[in-house]
Amino acid sequence: MAGITNEFLIERLQSQFGDQILATEMPYGMVTIVIQPSAILDMLIWLNTDNLLKFKFLTDICGAHYPDLIDGELSVIYHVQSMENNVRLRIKTFIPITKPEIASVTSLYSSANWMERETYDFYGIIFTGHPNLTRILNVEEMDYFPMRKEYPLEDGTRRDKEDEYFGR
Amino acid sequence: MTTDIKKSNVTLVDAPDGFKGEGFFATSANKVIGLARANSLWPLPFATSCCGIEFMATMGSNYDLARFGSERMSFSPRQADMLLVAGTIAKKLGPVLKQVYLQMAEPRWVISIGACASSGGIFDTYSVLQGIDRIIPVDVYVPGCPPRPEQIIDGVMKLQELVKNESLRRRNTPEYQALLTSYGIQ
Amino acid sequence: MNELTSKEKETNQPGFHTGDGDFHTEYTTLNLGPTHPATHGIFQNILTMDGEIVIDSEQTCGYIHRAFEKIAERRPYYQITTLTDRLNYCSSPINNMGWHMTVEKLIGVEIPKRAQYMRVIIMELARISDHLVCNAVIGVDTGALTGFTYLFQWREKIYEIFEHICGARLTTNIGRIGGLERDFDDEVYKKLKAFLADFPKAFDEFGRLMERNRIFFDRTAKTGPITAERALNYGFTGPNLRAAGVDYDVRVANPYSSYEDFDFTIPVGVDGDTYDRFMVRQAEIWESLKIIHQALDNMPSGKYFADVPEFYLPPKQDVYNNMEALIWHFKIVMGESDVPKGEVYHAVEGGNGELGFYLVSDGGRAPYRLHFRRPCFIFYQAYPEMIRGGMLSDAIVTLSSLNVIAGELDA
Repeated sequence: MAGITNEFLIERLQSQFGDQILATEMPYGMVTIVIQPSAILDMLIWLNTDNLLKFKFLTDICGAHYPDLIDGELSVIYHVQSMENNVRLRIKTFIPITKPEIASVTSLYSSANWMERETYDFYGIIFTGHPNLTRILNVEEMDYFPMRKEYPLEDGTRRDKEDEYFGR
Repeated sequence: MTTDIKKSNVTLVDAPDGFKGEGFFATSANKVIGLARANSLWPLPFATSCCGIEFMATMGSNYDLARFGSERMSFSPRQADMLLVAGTIAKKLGPVLKQVYLQMAEPRWVISIGACASSGGIFDTYSVLQGIDRIIPVDVYVPGCPPRPEQIIDGVMKLQELVKNESLRRRNTPEYQALLTSYGIQ
Repeated sequence: MNELTSKEKETNQPGFHTGDGDFHTEYTTLNLGPTHPATHGIFQNILTMDGEIVIDSEQTCGYIHRAFEKIAERRPYYQITTLTDRLNYCSSPINNMGWHMTVEKLIGVEIPKRAQYMRVIIMELARISDHLVCNAVIGVDTGALTGFTYLFQWREKIYEIFEHICGARLTTNIGRIGGLERDFDDEVYKKLKAFLADFPKAFDEFGRLMERNRIFFDRTAKTGPITAERALNYGFTGPNLRAAGVDYDVRVANPYSSYEDFDFTIPVGVDGDTYDRFMVRQAEIWESLKIIHQALDNMPSGKYFADVPEFYLPPKQDVYNNMEALIWHFKIVMGESDVPKGEVYHAVEGGNGELGFYLVSDGGRAPYRLHFRRPCFIFYQAYPEMIRGGMLSDAIVTLSSLNVIAGELDA
């Protein structure tokens, strides 16, 4: 089964989306590109339909919070893979925390539905076009986004565990 | 002609002290009722996570909780005696657990199996209830992560001791009512 | 929903039979609530039913959300192994090994062949244990409790082997970053050989009880089907995807830990229905037994750990006698081992599919971001589509055949 090499993948991506790819690298053998958030849906559709690349499987969507990157604090990371060519790709986007919006890819991949809800639940990233963007893992009434770096891990209202005894 | 009766290795529960006679046996009601209750505790398995799998192993044939009277696992709260909370209880599940506890009929007992149910366990986070005794009264705590089936059986045996020696009037005493009101249960 | 008939409008009674063949029906809502004996886990399904037929289903999960990813940002690398235990707790060793391999990929260390083969044996035993639970539970949901009682007896044998290797039965925390904590001793080999000798006969009995059983087949065939295209679109991996006809297995596509040395087939189904999922798991248990045989027969000699003093605890005799080992021990236990900066994604074939670990490290003692790609969370979204149009009993059996483990669903 002939696969495609990472270099071929990078070349083909550059030829199609050259100006929207901000950075390219290959940590630990996986091609990682950083793109403009506006290009994500078009890129995933093109990756799915291109008959050489055939990236027809969305492996994962997750978020991350980098408070030091001004105007790019929240990051959405997509992992896609091509089972026929046996190659994986990581796409990273950075969106500002003041306007955390990015297009939803549920129209293309049904598996993105809950993955985007989880990312919204943890980081507060709004996926425009999502059919039901509500909290999925935390309680509905929660009013903050717990995975952001400024919030603590523990529940501050618990009475039995004194922070000073636990070295916090 | 005498026949050899093979010595059985099945142990039965000892009868309580009382006055025996020809065809009758007199003892106090709470001893007999305590004995009956203790040896026929029907569990309601409220198994959420890993401790639930160890609980399933306890009900299996290797460790066999059924020998202690817990033969019939009741999934309906109305028909269960003891609530076995095994696994982490998240804050989202708290109201559900309380609802199940309220639906149980008196007398009811609660065993909290595992570190997560007893005190939150290794999950000292914003989303995990730090012990089910925040919302329901608990009788026996079984520590472990997960506890071995022998530990779970030990917890059930301790509960049997509690049940056997409980007074019949306990559920009507003001102390018990105060305990329930402290949890917000009428 | 039908229009109200004139008779119903007149009498203001829904469901009033007009006598001319017009029958008004209403949909009922059935709460397959979080605590339900048949859901084998804590998640909620609110089914909209037309009599016995399922029209739609609304799911709620998060009832056991324990915030693993947030905890992982505070714990040193080797303490996260205990968290990974509790993801898919029916097969914890696979999660442990997957995490160790992710960190080893990040720090760039190569594990000796012997340790890799030992890891393979442990992972395949865990896979057998996971599939045994799932298949026994499919039987229970159709009413066949015998299989459950027998198979759980054999899971105890697997637990005994794990207990001898690492001390724990269920949440095993097996292995270290850099290998395994101790070598397999004679007792482990004895138990493994006894298991491999006795288990196939009992498992064959279970197979003969269920696989060609008319009642079981009628209950499970054509229930909860999903086509290969829809399964791929929903992100299915693992036995559920293989039952739909796609032969994707992470052990073959991206081999890790010497899986390329072993000769095994990937069982694949046809329709993606419950019977196919059951049969795929049955076949995978036979394949796992084959792999364990091959690993035991060809076990290479050598060390069982790599030379990573920053992560691998030194043996206790050295710690008490040797200054350098004492310092390494202190540093490791206090979590002061630094890793290189970078991001890595590593996937292993868990009991339910591709279990992925996305790790971003900023050079500190704890990960900057750790995300678990949990297969149960991703394929459980397809459940409403799979049960639409089927009956309630089929919905229950489909749910248990998917093998949704609550710990992996919510993390």
